[in-house]
Amino acid sequence: MLRHLHSFPGLIAGLFIAVLALTGSILSIDPALGRAVSSQPVMSVAALATAIIDHFPEAERIVRKPSGQIVVYAFAGDTPFADIVDPTTGVGIAAYAPSGFTRWITDLHRAFLLGDTGRAVAGVGAAITITMALSGAALLAARMGGWSAILGRARGTGRQRLHVQIGRFAVAGLLLSALTGAYMSLTTFGFIPDGMDAEPAFPASVNGGPPIAVGDIPILQQTDLSALRELALPYATDPTDVFTLTTSTGMGYIDQSTGQMLDWLDNGPARQVYEFVFMLHTGQGLWWLALILGAGALMVPVLAVSGALVWWARRGGQPRIVGNVSAQAADTIILVGSEGNSTWGFAQTLHAALTAQGHAVHAAPMNSFASAYRRAKRMFILTATYGDGDAPASAAGFLARLGAVKDPGCAVAVLGFGDRQFPQFCQFAADVADAIKGKGWPALLPLETIDRQSAQDFARWGQAVGVALGAPLLLTHVAKQPPTIRLKLLSRVDYGAEWQSPAAVLRFVADETGTGLRGVWRRWRGLPGFEPGDLAGILPPGSTMPRFYSLATARSDGVLEFCVRKQPGGLCSGALFALQPGDTIQGFVKPNPEFRPMRGHKPVILIGAGTGIGPLAGFIRHNRKRRPMHLYFGARDPQSDFLYQPDLQGWTTDNRLTRLITAFSRVTKRAYVQDRLRDDQEALRKLIAIGAQIIVCGGREMGHGVALALDEILAPLELSAAKMRAAGRYIEDVY
Amino acid sequence: MPRLTRSLALATLLVLPGLAQARPVTFTTTLSQYGGRGAYLAVYVVDAQGAYVGTVSLSGGKSKYWRHLSDWDRTGGSVVGQIDGVTGASVGAGQSLTVTVELADAMLDAGFEVHIDAAVEDFRESPSEVVLALTAAGASGSGRSFVQSFSYDM
Repeated sequence: MLRHLHSFPGLIAGLFIAVLALTGSILSIDPALGRAVSSQPVMSVAALATAIIDHFPEAERIVRKPSGQIVVYAFAGDTPFADIVDPTTGVGIAAYAPSGFTRWITDLHRAFLLGDTGRAVAGVGAAITITMALSGAALLAARMGGWSAILGRARGTGRQRLHVQIGRFAVAGLLLSALTGAYMSLTTFGFIPDGMDAEPAFPASVNGGPPIAVGDIPILQQTDLSALRELALPYATDPTDVFTLTTSTGMGYIDQSTGQMLDWLDNGPARQVYEFVFMLHTGQGLWWLALILGAGALMVPVLAVSGALVWWARRGGQPRIVGNVSAQAADTIILVGSEGNSTWGFAQTLHAALTAQGHAVHAAPMNSFASAYRRAKRMFILTATYGDGDAPASAAGFLARLGAVKDPGCAVAVLGFGDRQFPQFCQFAADVADAIKGKGWPALLPLETIDRQSAQDFARWGQAVGVALGAPLLLTHVAKQPPTIRLKLLSRVDYGAEWQSPAAVLRFVADETGTGLRGVWRRWRGLPGFEPGDLAGILPPGSTMPRFYSLATARSDGVLEFCVRKQPGGLCSGALFALQPGDTIQGFVKPNPEFRPMRGHKPVILIGAGTGIGPLAGFIRHNRKRRPMHLYFGARDPQSDFLYQPDLQGWTTDNRLTRLITAFSRVTKRAYVQDRLRDDQEALRKLIAIGAQIIVCGGREMGHGVALALDEILAPLELSAAKMRAAGRYIEDVY
Repeated sequence: MPRLTRSLALATLLVLPGLAQARPVTFTTTLSQYGGRGAYLAVYVVDAQGAYVGTVSLSGGKSKYWRHLSDWDRTGGSVVGQIDGVTGASVGAGQSLTVTVELADAMLDAGFEVHIDAAVEDFRESPSEVVLALTAAGASGSGRSFVQSFSYDM
């Protein structure tokens, strides 16, 4: 619901709001410019008026602009003019000529150049911006796991992070601009009084005697220049005319003969509120606020475009289930809890496989959980987790509904989808499984989890489902992939043959034979963009399910490089190991933007074992800033599988790598990488205390061992691997 | 810029009580190219003592800005809900406004005056920019700030 409240108004009104925001940010520069050209002396209005009348005998009005600029309106003979004056001397500095460009931008900003219709549209735009800012903040709070975590590290795709980061930067300013803008729109149309038309009654009679000098008028002597808004001078030829003084507190008329105040009206509350809001919105008199609001407004087009792209990606990810059976006719129910729709893709695969086996399958969002399923024999609940253990969008109401539903009379299997990088991995799925267990419903299968949309994990779960159903079930989930390119093996370095665990570092280039492209065009068509830590998806011949390998190079290196260990019976590693230079294989690049050293100069602790060194080597290779990098590397035998040995020595020499600590498990003084961490705990604590980040890559077992060792090491700092992970300072890629 | 002319048809009666003899009078205002937003204008009649008699026309829709037509405002023309003249939108720079009203014969050659007040956002207020005596012969004049010409005839 909240998500719809955020997306739909944004999509519809994005263009209008972008115009409001861009014009607003252009106008936001004006108060600062006005301030730059005006000085602010302490003096009375009487002294100012005396100085000005000295130089401008035919002055009509003296106006103090919110920026502090003093403008005098006068005549030279029959020609009207307005000058900016130096308040201390009364001398004209320059002609006051409001810029036509600013006027045009202002009209565009407040009315789209369309009069009252446009003013109404702008007011609606302000209201929509309020909705967007509030719903966006609430969505972000939900995503980050609570309001207290809202400033935490943004996660997700590049567009999502851009949207979140820019949104956080701009939301307060945008909310202020939009609230004040909406208020001003309401006053324009008279829904809220602004008190601007209240003024004292014009005096019925005046003294009419000869005028006294303006400098002798007591009220003008008592009024400080900073409080002045405007002083209208009497017509020189009209003895019945008066001075009209407007200050920040009110307005009144002064008799030009006696110098006495004839009538005075204090500003009412409505006018005080209006003037305050006007100042907040325009920044006139608050130039620094104007610049802040302008910078926030400048972000709106970026938010609009990134928001639309996020929405489009989500929308494109929503699959259509072919042959979905109705809830009451189905023997198999699939309920889906999905935030970004990727879980729907898995549900679709399960739906198709079960339907192919002759089941009548109904798939629906978890929120559509029915109070009864008449023919159901089994139920699958596939759900992701949102933020800090919360329900994803399509399951938000599930647990509440579950409490009210009677036993559906069928066995239930819960499958959680998540990312081990997050502290609350598959927490919502676990909550759902517990709730179902608590109701005493039979479990078809124990709770299982799928890490980072692993098709392999899913296929394994499918086998278990097949066993439970008594018929083999083949779940081949193919996530949406970018088009593949043909990768040609350029070179390979082999390791580990001595210990019967062959590993290799493979280097590929894009294969362009037969494309007929030349020169620059061919370069452009070559490898896609990638950085170390991104993933290469490799499709072994005859398979549609990619295997992912962490990259050790960037596109700027000109080659695509990763490490692979030969798995016994492994289809993809087997195909890769069979490649000889010149041979080709299909692949693509998948961004993995979370798996990177943080920006900055803080130290980085790299921990890897075996082929896990690949991306870590890439990070070191690209350590152009020469920030401190400490590598803990574990392998079997320095003579056999010391991957990247010569490179690591070179990088140590040129300071890209600060320290290399190795652990070998098949030599006389055998040690694992976690042993080396314990040996080195003093140094590690020092590094972490000054803000070091930890990046781990390798097998799951090693990852577990490293996390345990770090928990011990970090305990004196009152830290843990989990706490550092939550702060984005502990990232791992384990497989 | 093309000279746009807005003509407002006979729409009001500016007739003193008890004096039924009246005739249509056409007021024509042409603004100069002062280079700003549309001007708020008030065309109104005052008697020989300077007391407000009635409004011929008021251009500019937002009542909160009417106080900037300061002479008209002070004589009592702007009492909201009692604008008795032809009302319309503000008049752009270089444009013309033509208004025809029924005027009591007794008001001609009797010391009555017609005034025009003007005000433009970001520019200035120009009260009583042009003042013409109401005579059966008609009259014309020009202002210093925004009004290039102001005339009436019958």
